[in-house]
Amino acid sequence: MKKTYKIDVDCANCANKMEAAANKTEGVKNASVNFMTLKMTVEFEDGSDPKAVMREVLKSCKRVEDDCEIFI
Amino acid sequence: MNKKQKKMLVRITASALLLIGLSFVPSEGLLRFALYLIPYLVIGYDILIKAAKGIKNRQIFDENFLMAVATVGAIAIAVTRNGDYTEAIAVMLFYQIGELFQSYAVGKSRRNISELMDIRPDHANIEVGGRLEQVDPDEVEPGTVIVVRPGEKIPIDGVVTEGSSSLNTSALTGESLPREVGEGGEVISGCINMTGLLKIRTTKEFGESTVSKILDLVENASSRKSRSEAFISKFARIYTPVVCALALALAVLPPLAMLAMGAPGGWGEWIYRALTFLVISCPCALVISIPLSFFAGLGGASRAGVLIKGSNFIETLSKTKCAVFDKTGTLTQGVFEVNGIHHNELEDEMLIEYAALAESASSHPISRSLLRAYGKTPDRSRVGNVREISGSGVIAEVDGSEVAAGNAKLMEHIGVEYKSCHSAGTIIHIAIDKKYAGHVVISDVVKPGSAGAVRALRDMGVKRIVMLTGDLRSAAEKTAAELGIDETYSGLLPAGKVDKVEELLASGQDGGKLAFVGDGINDAPVLSRADVGIAMGAMGSDAAIEAADVVLMDDDPAKIVTAIKISRRCLRIVYENIWFAIGVKLICLALGALGIANMWLAVFADVGVMIIAVLNAIRALFVKKMNG
Repeated sequence: MKKTYKIDVDCANCANKMEAAANKTEGVKNASVNFMTLKMTVEFEDGSDPKAVMREVLKSCKRVEDDCEIFI
Repeated sequence: MNKKQKKMLVRITASALLLIGLSFVPSEGLLRFALYLIPYLVIGYDILIKAAKGIKNRQIFDENFLMAVATVGAIAIAVTRNGDYTEAIAVMLFYQIGELFQSYAVGKSRRNISELMDIRPDHANIEVGGRLEQVDPDEVEPGTVIVVRPGEKIPIDGVVTEGSSSLNTSALTGESLPREVGEGGEVISGCINMTGLLKIRTTKEFGESTVSKILDLVENASSRKSRSEAFISKFARIYTPVVCALALALAVLPPLAMLAMGAPGGWGEWIYRALTFLVISCPCALVISIPLSFFAGLGGASRAGVLIKGSNFIETLSKTKCAVFDKTGTLTQGVFEVNGIHHNELEDEMLIEYAALAESASSHPISRSLLRAYGKTPDRSRVGNVREISGSGVIAEVDGSEVAAGNAKLMEHIGVEYKSCHSAGTIIHIAIDKKYAGHVVISDVVKPGSAGAVRALRDMGVKRIVMLTGDLRSAAEKTAAELGIDETYSGLLPAGKVDKVEELLASGQDGGKLAFVGDGINDAPVLSRADVGIAMGAMGSDAAIEAADVVLMDDDPAKIVTAIKISRRCLRIVYENIWFAIGVKLICLALGALGIANMWLAVFADVGVMIIAVLNAIRALFVKKMNG
């Protein structure tokens, strides 16, 4: 399953950091952050709960870049 | 400016005013320290918090950490030495100004791009009981008739059933010339209806419509990173710890060496140099400006009607040394027209009529162009007993006589002597009751921009231009000569095109990339095999658009030249920034280590370089109107 979320982040490099962090999160098959449109597209592993996974993704993103937000 | 930025502006102003005010207040010792701490905390508290959080989360070496260490260190030195806190605060102040500037510049260019890509329609009008009702485009079923008023966007792909108008396609294609449509014309979503009321019967769902496809493509564009970006993030990961280690060495080793030699250590001086070193070293200019350049490059390109699926393709595209074109539909219109009728024993119209009737059952492009030339709806009742001879043509009974229409093989098959033709194109020989009646020449028409595009590609250093086609050699060579292409491979089946491209890839020079330009359904495998696959015309096949790396919104071959120019410019900006930033930093680092540079120079090396690099990166957004 694939879902797109709106995000808020200040710099292009921070967006890259968020993307790397999201990709390392369990339950995420592939994540990509588009700094241009401020959107994060997440492809979930089969059988995972997107809501729970996204909470984890937000946590890992906050860890690498404090000043970011994902509108889940 | 958004809320965050306004808040930052207030903090910067407050801190700067405080700093200026304090310079007129004579104070000493602890009081002075406490007074100067106010502007410092006003401007830098978030950096300190972020640095602390970074340490807690084991993300130590980032720019917040560098700034925190450098400014806290500078304050510590000021406490012990001269009580000059201005430097530490100024460093933080300028750093924040730089950050604010960068965030403003990014927001501005983002708005610029999103305004131009603002093609998402918010509603569709459906007529219900004589009244117009606005509905969500997602809910409109294919086959529904929607109404588009002047000034509105066409929400869903479809066919005009009533009305005529001119459409503004510039948001999609970058083309400013309006397109005229009338009854029966196909329209794509995302265009703006300018003059007349249109009734459109939708042919697709909203999710399958052009506008959704394009938005989807743009929104996923940055998922593929270029090598330069990967290089920079790797570089930053190694660079920051190395610089920190060097700064530490600079602070500790020289004083220790001095002490060992019996001289006074001069700790303050060396720590000051080390801190200067840290401020200079901040890699912000690079880590911010490189992704920003690509971001602006992708945006600028989509503005010109060139959709690039990722920054890695900007990189590949800029290194194109070999361009491979599909012929039909790419360099040529892909519309076959009857271009000549020779050796006919009957009147031209009669010959076409017989040929069209005989071929009327077939959906082959050739028979369609015959029907177009005939211009009337064929009366199928006059045709009977149709036999298709695969790969040769058809034999059918028309008005009681046996009509054979097809290629030379068919004529040989039925034993009719035919006259061969010297014109390039597809030749349809026609025999009536086993008597030769003449032949019709059908050929494709070259697009007006093709020859110019080929010439422009050569001028910009694309060394090898190759044309692949499934057509016969004579037709292929005629087109090639017309366009100035010197390498042509004809008679290729789809699989053969893949093989050819692989051969060309293998024989390619080092570093030079191969771009394949195509449009058709059967081009999809080749598009994905090439280094960079360019699909033409958003109205081309969906499969081709999916397999391609670069999508040209309209099918003008000149757009390929534009695409390569944009990519080269973007890459040039990226390299300018890399060399400029690293160059200035290295010089300043050396000066700092030697003690020539002070904090003020360090601030320039950090913030000044960043601002220049960001401004340079934004340049990639502005694509000049480029022709040919």
